[in-house]
Amino acid sequence: MEMLIALVIGVLTAGGVFLALRGQTFPVVLGLTLLSYAVNLFLFVMGRLAIGVPPVISDAASAYTDPLPQALVLTAIVISFGMTAFVIVLAIKSRAELGNDHVDGLQREEDRNA
Amino acid sequence: MNGFMHLPILPVVLPLIAGIVLLALRNAPLRLQRGVSLAAALALIPLAVSLLQSVSDGSHLVYALGNWEAPYGIVLVADRLTAWMLLTTSLLAAFALLYAVGAPSGGTSSHSTKPASGQVAGYPQPSPQMGEGANARPTPTYDRDGRHFHVLFQLQLFGLNGAFLTGDLFNLFVFFEILLLASYGLLLHGGGRLRVKAGLHYVVINLVGSTLFLFAVGTLYGVAGTLNMADLAVKLAATPADNVALVRSAGLLLFGVFALKAALLPLYLWLPAAYAHTSAPVAALFAIMTKVGVYSILRVYSLMFGNDAGAVAGLLDAWLAPLALATLALGMLGAVASTALKQQAAYLMVASIGSLLLAFGLGSTEAIAAGLYYLPHTTFATAALFLLADSIGRARGTLADRFESGPAMPGARVLGGLFFVIAMAIAGMPPLSGFIGKFMLLKAALASPLLPWVWSVVLVTGLVGLIALARSGSLLFYRTHSSHDPAAQTPTNAALAPVVGLLLLVAGLVIWAGPLSDYASATAAQLLQPQLYIGAVLGTTP
Repeated sequence: MEMLIALVIGVLTAGGVFLALRGQTFPVVLGLTLLSYAVNLFLFVMGRLAIGVPPVISDAASAYTDPLPQALVLTAIVISFGMTAFVIVLAIKSRAELGNDHVDGLQREEDRNA
Repeated sequence: MNGFMHLPILPVVLPLIAGIVLLALRNAPLRLQRGVSLAAALALIPLAVSLLQSVSDGSHLVYALGNWEAPYGIVLVADRLTAWMLLTTSLLAAFALLYAVGAPSGGTSSHSTKPASGQVAGYPQPSPQMGEGANARPTPTYDRDGRHFHVLFQLQLFGLNGAFLTGDLFNLFVFFEILLLASYGLLLHGGGRLRVKAGLHYVVINLVGSTLFLFAVGTLYGVAGTLNMADLAVKLAATPADNVALVRSAGLLLFGVFALKAALLPLYLWLPAAYAHTSAPVAALFAIMTKVGVYSILRVYSLMFGNDAGAVAGLLDAWLAPLALATLALGMLGAVASTALKQQAAYLMVASIGSLLLAFGLGSTEAIAAGLYYLPHTTFATAALFLLADSIGRARGTLADRFESGPAMPGARVLGGLFFVIAMAIAGMPPLSGFIGKFMLLKAALASPLLPWVWSVVLVTGLVGLIALARSGSLLFYRTHSSHDPAAQTPTNAALAPVVGLLLLVAGLVIWAGPLSDYASATAAQLLQPQLYIGAVLGTTP
């Protein structure tokens, strides 16, 4: 199972990096989303993988899983969700302002001096 | 309730509450919003001063949130370094905010002209209404150019103060996100094409940085099983041999993230565009943003990867000073090559990051003290240059702050005098504080094996910076012709007062150079004894 999770994180990261390096804003946003998925999974497994054991103290439990990474992931998900929403709005705004969806905008004469 | 006991958390909570109140007051008269925002920003100054007083005996104020004890709960820790950064931030924020509410917002002034497309700071469109129409409606100011300026400003302060105070690595990430999210809003405030373009780059690169931050934090947690910085320092010092490579790579990844925020050499490319195209008060406030990265490098690597850290000690020894030297050199070259004053100010900021990290990279008590003394100086001086560049741009009308010969500006004597003082401060000429900071740095480098490099780079870049500023000053103020530009605006007192205020702070750094450099030395000595910090947080007396 460790191998599978590691592969999933690796593939997500590779895909995210590839997409984040593209020239249009939409693939870049998708790439950032994939990267945030990868890092959320990564944070989660940093508490080690365990099946069917509770994170909170109970009398019946013989072993526990680490609850802290779960709380961290929750925070990270909320933050990355907000950031993704923001970057989508910004991408739409830049599409409206620049007239195209290239991350650098198309060159215009007056920008050359900037 | 004992207010003193809760002192460390007040600088975090106050801007948060002010931000929420301002959000509720969004439809209230602007005068009220400004009052609340200014009061909250000004109240941070006495808070920071009293914090400074209570830690100046070398103690650590540890505030356990919810009274959960240290390695399990989240703590805020105030020591000399924290108080120093908080005071710098609060002073800078007060003047940036005064500028935002008082100064006319340049070429974007006329609301009757179509907004958006042409409205870019530094590239104002000539507008027929400008001049006679300006008196009819309330003076346009930066906080009027868009909505929620004050909310974003307060949340930015919330994130900054939190990042300086937190004693927990994950919370550092959270406060970084808060200050970044607020900074995205502030950077784009007022809109405009070039600003959106620069903003998109800034946001994307910082999101990638945040992802890397989480990867590094996750790795450290996976190895050490804790995120409290003091506890991490203890655990990392005892890293088993199998995990040393893992911890070192996580530490270097973290360094990459902080270097990105601080705009160190290969990662500085986002800064000039973003800072040159945002509005002046925001750029002035952002003078402290890069210092958050510098602060994090200093805090994390003195505490967790310091001399006591066993197998993972001295992680940055091979990296920090050479990269800082290269940043300093490249920033100054950028300042010479700049085509506009705001761009030049942005490159000077990159160069100042180089000097700061050079001081911290040398690592001795004297060098760190030099860096700490230099930090508020360069923050205030660069912020003053950004604010003045805005006034100069407005006084030059359609030419804005571009380095082209134009008509003589109204109020050139005052603007030129202020420019001269700021240039002296930034170039590190005596008698201003830049000289003292550089002198301390050069003196501290005497004991370092990098001595020839440090002396040659610092002295040559000082000269290059002087040439760059002299060239822009003579071009802006002397090479003028007698035509008249109707779009030129005389600088108002409200626009010049914050610049003068920041320069008075720079002067204060010279007048009280003795006690302040003593404080910086004591801070550096405290930083090089991480066991004091660890003992204070974990409740074990060293």
